Amino acid sequence: MRKNLNVIAAYSIMMVLILMVGIFQSWNIALSIFNLCLISAVMTMGANIQWGYAGLINFGIMGYTALGGLAAVLISVDPVQEAWRAGGFDILMSLWLIVVMVLVIRFVLKRFEKSKIRTYSIAAIIISGILLIRFSAEPGIEAIEAVDPAKTGFLGGFGLPIIFSWIVGALFAGSLAFIVGKVALGLRADYLAIATLLISEIVIAIIKHEDWLTRGVKNVIGLKRPAPYEVDLQTTDWFIKLVEKFNSGKLSVIENLADRQAALNQLVIEGSSVFVKLCYSGLFLVVVIILLILTQKALYSPWGRMMRAIRDNEEAANAMGKNVVKQHLLIFILGSAIVGIAGAMLVTQDGLFTPGSYRPMRYTFLIWVMVIVGGSGNNFGAILGGFVVWFLWIEAAPISLFLINFFTAGIPETNALKAHLIESVPYFRFLLMGLGLLFIMRYRPKGILPEKIEIK
Amino acid sequence: MDFVNAIILLLNYIFIPALTYGSQLALGAIFVTLIYGILRFANFATGDMMSFGTMMTILFTWYFQSLGVSLGVLPTALLAIPFGIIFMIFYMLIIDKFVFKYYRNQKSPPVQFAMVSIGVMFVTQAVVRIIIGPGDRRFFDGEKFIIKAREFKEMTGLNEGLALKSTQVITIFVTIVLVSLLFWFLNRTKTGKSMKAYSDNEDLALLSGIDPKKIVLVTWVIAGILATIGGALYGLDKSFKPFTYFNNMLPIFAAAIVGGIGNPFGAFLGGYVIAFSEILLTYAYKKFFMYILPESMEPSSLVQLLSTDYKFAVSFSILVIVLIYRPSGIFKGKVL
Repeated sequence: MRKNLNVIAAYSIMMVLILMVGIFQSWNIALSIFNLCLISAVMTMGANIQWGYAGLINFGIMGYTALGGLAAVLISVDPVQEAWRAGGFDILMSLWLIVVMVLVIRFVLKRFEKSKIRTYSIAAIIISGILLIRFSAEPGIEAIEAVDPAKTGFLGGFGLPIIFSWIVGALFAGSLAFIVGKVALGLRADYLAIATLLISEIVIAIIKHEDWLTRGVKNVIGLKRPAPYEVDLQTTDWFIKLVEKFNSGKLSVIENLADRQAALNQLVIEGSSVFVKLCYSGLFLVVVIILLILTQKALYSPWGRMMRAIRDNEEAANAMGKNVVKQHLLIFILGSAIVGIAGAMLVTQDGLFTPGSYRPMRYTFLIWVMVIVGGSGNNFGAILGGFVVWFLWIEAAPISLFLINFFTAGIPETNALKAHLIESVPYFRFLLMGLGLLFIMRYRPKGILPEKIEIK
Repeated sequence: MDFVNAIILLLNYIFIPALTYGSQLALGAIFVTLIYGILRFANFATGDMMSFGTMMTILFTWYFQSLGVSLGVLPTALLAIPFGIIFMIFYMLIIDKFVFKYYRNQKSPPVQFAMVSIGVMFVTQAVVRIIIGPGDRRFFDGEKFIIKAREFKEMTGLNEGLALKSTQVITIFVTIVLVSLLFWFLNRTKTGKSMKAYSDNEDLALLSGIDPKKIVLVTWVIAGILATIGGALYGLDKSFKPFTYFNNMLPIFAAAIVGGIGNPFGAFLGGYVIAFSEILLTYAYKKFFMYILPESMEPSSLVQLLSTDYKFAVSFSILVIVLIYRPSGIFKGKVL
């Protein structure tokens, strides 16, 4: 108990902070912060597996998040029959061509000795394959994008419940990680960082511009939900009764019957959105807890010990007969798959997929700040990092507004400097994040909750 | 068959823009490579440092404009750049003193430096956005064109116009002068040579009496000059927006690594490699083929290898391929 005192204290403070937002601002804001904290926690767990357990640097988190989001679209949207009729055949043919191309390359790689001619012929196969695919898919893509472009213009998905996409998102992200890992994991740490960052940008470029698959920057909106809709809740009897019961004290004060009804309606509208957010919180909490149990088990298993051994001394681990390359690849895939889950969860919660919103600042670097601040190598630390950093990211604007007003209280409102500062309040969050990261790295390099390994 | 028109077309839409863009990337790439070679870390704050320098230049440009000072046909920003450089160097030295110095003394691994530079990136982004705001700013004044497309057509009687913007000429000219000065400095002066020695083998350099403090200082000064000029030229040519500068960090990294990181000449050429491949691969060649092929063979499609949406993706793919097959870069890096 005493050992874990700092963990418990840190989490309690965090919960109190979120409750305070609920009390002073509104429960809606508090819950949306809480939900995104949970999603961030899943992302940091993924990054923490790679960085904390194995020392692999992955600056491509944005790409895996986006792939998870893509999975949510492909699973939940109903198939667009007309688009399939218009261009489905061409797309399937192109997919088939890609498979053939990969098989041919594999064949060449297996069959011939390594030589310059082999390298050049593989390059030739890839280039001619890309050209062939591009020209064969062109008419199909144009036909698909022409099908009712204002509403669909893409192939749609499978029309399954969106919750399945959390698993499929993990699969998507895992397979991308497999490819990236195969080509890039041999690189030195800082090269690996740059390579993964750039690969994630390529992924985003593809998602943004392949309209037949993702609708691109036209966005996919109105995804199905695993939670009830607010509008439905507001007309459901049991929900209205529930709200009435909860607020009976407040309502009974109002004498006038019409006023009381109006107040109740208002409460039902507010309550419905709180209720929906609570449903999401429940779902996300389940995911976080399952992942936490699994990652904790893994951390203390022989496998976890091996990963730490590889992280701390690669050569020694190699000499002990551990396959470093294989384990690195495995952990790269696992971590990215977890990030993919988070990406699907994010799109599920928002109910929309906006490829234009995936930016490295928010989806790669911020997650890294979370991992470093929270404490890499420690799952509780990583989750706490997700909570603290996301909370500050959202609350930085109100806090800095308060501070500016506090320090410039004597200056009149019309002062140009004060007006300018108040106008740029949204950017203080970057300052806060940067300073936070710098201070943690300098004075507490292991994070708020440092890694501690107990041998059980 | 009309070769003259075809060549003018390529000059106008590929060669000159790519040369300009390549020069801007090259300056940034030399900045990255110097920091990597001498201070030994990948600086993720590159783009934002460039935007800081550009911001200072813009502020001085506004100040001069309000005073009524101008350079006539040349943009006022040229007058403001030296002042921007001074503030940029000042900012970099402060950052170095309070942030990077500690890790240098600790001999931290490069990854830790990279993480710290992410912190610097966040802070710089905040500073720039708080001072000048996130919006798009144009600060170009003076004569916009040296040759206008219409005048060129009238002058030569060709179908294709050739437009030459003054910013393009300024960019290319300044880059050539600056880079020649830099290489003269690195190869001919004592300080430059000691920087090379320090980059090559730190311990040996220290043994032979090279002062590391001086090397670090000179590196930041050169970096400040490159960052401000590179950023200001980009801003003059296109426009200044903090977010684009952050994004430009990626092709700049690509240029530095493709040229062999730690090798300034490689970085210089890498900038052009990236710029030309981006533009060559995404240009629609339809009109070009219309000029050089007989009428019967005219292409019906746009003859575009990749859509322009994939401009960035091209340079990143080149980088990934180079990283995998030749991690030391095309021109063998890690020797300054």
